[in-house]
Amino acid sequence: MTRVYIDFIRMRFLMMLAYRVNYYSGIVIYAINIGAYYFLWKAIYGAQETLAGFSLEQMTTYLAISWMARAFYFNNLDRDIANEIRDGSVAIQMIRPYNYLIVKLMQGFGEGLFRFMLFMIPGLAIVCLIFPVKLPTDLTVWATYLGMLVFSFLINSQLNIMTGLFAFFVENNEGLMRMKRVMVDLFSGVIIPIAFFPGWLGSIMTWLPFQAITYLPSAIFTGRTPLSEAGHVFLIQFAWLTVLMIPIVIMWRAARQRLFVQGG
Amino acid sequence: MLRYMSLMLEYLKNYIKTRLTYRADFWVEVFSDLLGQGMNLVFILVVFQHTPLLGGWSQSEVIFVYGFFMVPFGIFSSFFSIWNFSERYIVKGEFDRVLTRPAHSLFQVLLENIDPPALVGSFVGAIIMAVCWNDLGLVMHWTDLFVLIIFVLGAVFIYGGIYTGLSAISFFSDSPTGIVPLMYNIQNYGRYPVNIYNKMIRFVLTWMLPFAFVGVIPASYFLAPKDDNIAQLAMLTPVMGAIVFGIGLTVWNIGVKRYRGAGS
Repeated sequence: MTRVYIDFIRMRFLMMLAYRVNYYSGIVIYAINIGAYYFLWKAIYGAQETLAGFSLEQMTTYLAISWMARAFYFNNLDRDIANEIRDGSVAIQMIRPYNYLIVKLMQGFGEGLFRFMLFMIPGLAIVCLIFPVKLPTDLTVWATYLGMLVFSFLINSQLNIMTGLFAFFVENNEGLMRMKRVMVDLFSGVIIPIAFFPGWLGSIMTWLPFQAITYLPSAIFTGRTPLSEAGHVFLIQFAWLTVLMIPIVIMWRAARQRLFVQGG
Repeated sequence: MLRYMSLMLEYLKNYIKTRLTYRADFWVEVFSDLLGQGMNLVFILVVFQHTPLLGGWSQSEVIFVYGFFMVPFGIFSSFFSIWNFSERYIVKGEFDRVLTRPAHSLFQVLLENIDPPALVGSFVGAIIMAVCWNDLGLVMHWTDLFVLIIFVLGAVFIYGGIYTGLSAISFFSDSPTGIVPLMYNIQNYGRYPVNIYNKMIRFVLTWMLPFAFVGVIPASYFLAPKDDNIAQLAMLTPVMGAIVFGIGLTVWNIGVKRYRGAGS
């Protein structure tokens, strides 16, 4: 059975490889985004040495690694699932001898691997050439960060699967998908590190799953959070991974009862 | 002209009919649009918790610029919602259908994709502007409203021209998908005081892809003068609008002449 799932990873990876040209423009887009925020933060820092525990150098590194991590964990599982629910092909998938949601996750992982190798790594190299990014020299930091990145991918995919499954209940979840994308970008810390949020807003963030996607790993990577606290970060990520499984299972059970196909 | 007006009315009626199928989704879309724009506002608010000035601009001034930007952006999003032009019209071949009709092809394509909920963003932008106007203690001249309308129209045409031109690239190239999101990110630069960027980006934003003319430049006309005195460029906004839209439309027309159908 595992072999079947691994084949789904491989197939998606090869499919992405066939359309790789589109991804070169993606690297430019991400570099532009990082550039925009780099100049903005430079102006925000002005003459100040540190803000919210980040030096400007750390902030630049944070921006680079957060956007590049987004390049890795970002996927369109929500749109995939919603489309398959709407055109009815999900019904055929449901009677096949594998778990539909795990297949989706595997396809997402295939895409993630592709994005990691052909987007995140070369993108990071290019960004390091353009902006004053200072990468950590300690190899354990890199290894820890890579481990956390796997959780980032899993938690983000869980949120995507949940948003996609909503198509079972609301017919058209286009708006919902857009809303989720915006929320993940803001609350995960890609746009602003969580440490910058004022008190009450910051404490709400610590009770949401989003920070586990970007902020917590990136803070370790830039040295804002010392490596000794990595275990704590892993614990938070693992907790969210477990907690988010519950609504997914409930939704999936309920969805099978009420599948109706529109058009098709 | 009259014929085009009545056509527009018919398209609107059609839009309402399709939209009523997914009633709840309408409000989710409005809400998610606003949330997306709210995210940028949260960014500004959080940033000003850490610095009193951004490149010499105060919080109210930066928010004022953002409020101004929201007005033309809402109008633009409603009437130029052609993000998937290449996919829907060129790849799937729907453009053949458009060409069999007597009205101008761009007009038809725009109206088929009309998206009025985005206008809510314009209203919110106007309210934000009014609040900041009050906060900053600006004097309201009777001419200001007139100037404002001209600026907003100019900005809408700059946007419209750029995106029309970009969409028209689909007539010439097979896989142009990467460019539209690229532009979508560059526009973010135009909302903040342009003096924080380096010379090259500033030049590009002002004269090549004039996104500065849809936000910071026209808005600065109403604010206290700044060191770089960009307000003196504000009067060029409608001129830029006419030039950019003219270029966009020309590229479109040349593209339509070259169009031979996908032959699917």
